[in-house]
Amino acid sequence: MIHVFAFYLFAAIVVCSGALTILSRNPVHSVLWLILAFFNAAGLMVLLGAEFIAMLLVIVYVGAVAVLFLFVVMMLDIDFAELRAGFVDYLPFGLLIALVLLAEIVLGIGLWSAGPIELAQRAAPVNPELSNIQAIGGLLYTRYIFLFEAAGIVLLVAMIGAIVLTHRARGGVRGQNVARQNRRRPEDAVRNVNQPVGQGVEL
Amino acid sequence: MTAFFQNLGLPFEGAWLLSTIIGILVIALPLMLAVAMIIYADRKIWAAMALRRGPNVVGPFGLLQSFADGAKVFLQETIIPSASNRTLFLIAPIITFTVALMAWAVIPFQVGVVLANINVGLLYILAISSLGVYGVVLSGWASNSKYPFYSAIRASAQMISYEVSIGFILITVVLWAGSFNISTIIESQKGYYGFLNGNGFNPLLFPMAIMFLISAMAETARAPFDLTEAESELVAGYQTEYSSMAFALFWLGEYANVILMCGLNAILFWGGYLPPFDWAPLYLVPGIIWFLAKIAFFFFVFSWVKATVPRYRYDQLMRLGWKIFLPTSLLFVFLVSGFLMLTRYGGAQ
Amino acid sequence: MSLGYYVKSFTLWEFVKAHWLTLKYFFKPKATINYPYEKNPISPRFRGEHALRRYPNGEERCIACKLCEAICPAQAITIEAQPRDDGSRRTTRYDIDMTKCIYCGFCQEACPVDAIVEGPNFEFATETREELIYDKAKLLENGDKWERAIAANLAADAPYR
Repeated sequence: MIHVFAFYLFAAIVVCSGALTILSRNPVHSVLWLILAFFNAAGLMVLLGAEFIAMLLVIVYVGAVAVLFLFVVMMLDIDFAELRAGFVDYLPFGLLIALVLLAEIVLGIGLWSAGPIELAQRAAPVNPELSNIQAIGGLLYTRYIFLFEAAGIVLLVAMIGAIVLTHRARGGVRGQNVARQNRRRPEDAVRNVNQPVGQGVEL
Repeated sequence: MTAFFQNLGLPFEGAWLLSTIIGILVIALPLMLAVAMIIYADRKIWAAMALRRGPNVVGPFGLLQSFADGAKVFLQETIIPSASNRTLFLIAPIITFTVALMAWAVIPFQVGVVLANINVGLLYILAISSLGVYGVVLSGWASNSKYPFYSAIRASAQMISYEVSIGFILITVVLWAGSFNISTIIESQKGYYGFLNGNGFNPLLFPMAIMFLISAMAETARAPFDLTEAESELVAGYQTEYSSMAFALFWLGEYANVILMCGLNAILFWGGYLPPFDWAPLYLVPGIIWFLAKIAFFFFVFSWVKATVPRYRYDQLMRLGWKIFLPTSLLFVFLVSGFLMLTRYGGAQ
Repeated sequence: MSLGYYVKSFTLWEFVKAHWLTLKYFFKPKATINYPYEKNPISPRFRGEHALRRYPNGEERCIACKLCEAICPAQAITIEAQPRDDGSRRTTRYDIDMTKCIYCGFCQEACPVDAIVEGPNFEFATETREELIYDKAKLLENGDKWERAIAANLAADAPYR
């Protein structure tokens, strides 16, 4: 009973906050609704028994990605009127995309439940002894090791690419050398002199 | 406890709900008391190191100071700036406070005494603590004021940066324990060299313990990393526009987070509810006493550092997080997994 | 650099040293006094809360010369004067806005009859702003209350003037 109640609660919040993400006028509010949607999606994952995925969803999307979204959106100088100006123009295009997505979902569900394609391992018994972290780890590092590593390399390349594209070494800039600053001791820089009155100090 | 209520004739759902609510209250209410006392302790320790006396007027030795402050704040008027975003302005402190309480659900206080003994306990804590930044960011943005906004920007960058290295530090511990479950992690720390309890006595994990302590200070925005509320630059940071209970919620949440981080230090590296020495008579003392003693010790260290180290500059903070902690923790993930591969999991076969 | 430098930096030696120092201070006797119960001695020249003094026979000293009003750099003093029924010149109004006052002590320096003085009292915090706007009655009351201390201070300081 509690499971059913929790499912409908989480599902309703996900759907509502998803809708509000697109409908709310203030972009910051949009991001916040998106975060709420992520969070409740994580709740749905927990109900499914996929607590590892749920936690990853919260850590990665809510904890990092959405913070960056918020960070960027907060600092934008927003002109609401201009933002909403194109709404009607783009409406048909948006509807088209929505239709395509809907069709794909229907197609996917149809294939899953009735189609002739036997999904690999679909009927494979899940070992109840194994926690789903171990199950995922087992799959990722044996069966899908190459795909997993390839994904890792793609990410690495993307990361290095982003750094190369954005990083520029400017000439003529006096940067700090922290190690040198830390190594500097008073003895290297300060000299005590006891100079008689009336005579200058040799620098 | 669910079984107890079921025996009283309640259906399972009702019994489960009731026992969970009681469990939450049993954790949350003493926690609030602990926060009040720890604020007092913080001020007292800080004062003592500055050769001051600290609060000593309200109650014996000033013990009731926090309650007096609480009463004062409670009676204040809640001021909402007219240009602020009203809803978010009020939600932000609630987020900080709730999130600070939520993480306690998976902390074991004694053998088997834990509200939710879930398999992904450590990930849960990481997830919840990553939510903490929203309270700060939202309050900074919703205040519609310059300094809180600077503070929000600083906070989001700072917390994300240190979460990365905290993640890697946690991974070294998880690798060693072979589990994300916090109770299992604690039990796995028994008997180093036959008589010590705690990952911190492991030479491979000791540097991680130190780094975790420092990262925990940065994550909770405690001095010397309190750039989000650097009073000499940002007035009071994200709390500038707050008054009354909203302000109090920030404070309570902040200190609940600090206690949580002290508890995590104890749990991950110094054996949680286990006594420090693996010696039978010590196990007669209830685990919760050891756990609380360790929390108190780490809180003393937090205050000690606050009293000693001056505030970091922002670029130094970022440099420490990204250029020192991140590579070092990655190196230790490599070392620990390599060591375990060679010893525990059969080596290069 | 030398090996010692690297050992020091990797063991966070400077931090350890600093924390050892603060730990030693933690156990030292406290340097501050227990304020509301203990107070530091204050100088006879201490410039605290204002007071209007009286002669021993009860007559108020102030003769409404308005020198204090004239010299006050913060313009905190407002005086109105009228001859009294017996012909002597006295103030009808003597207000000091304590929120404006900067406690420079020029008023007591300017006073030819030692009427306005800044007494040794520094604990006159109030809950409202209005209470800090002192009128003549309040100032005279202060004078009566603190007369002994003020007279003693003036006597102690007299040889140096």
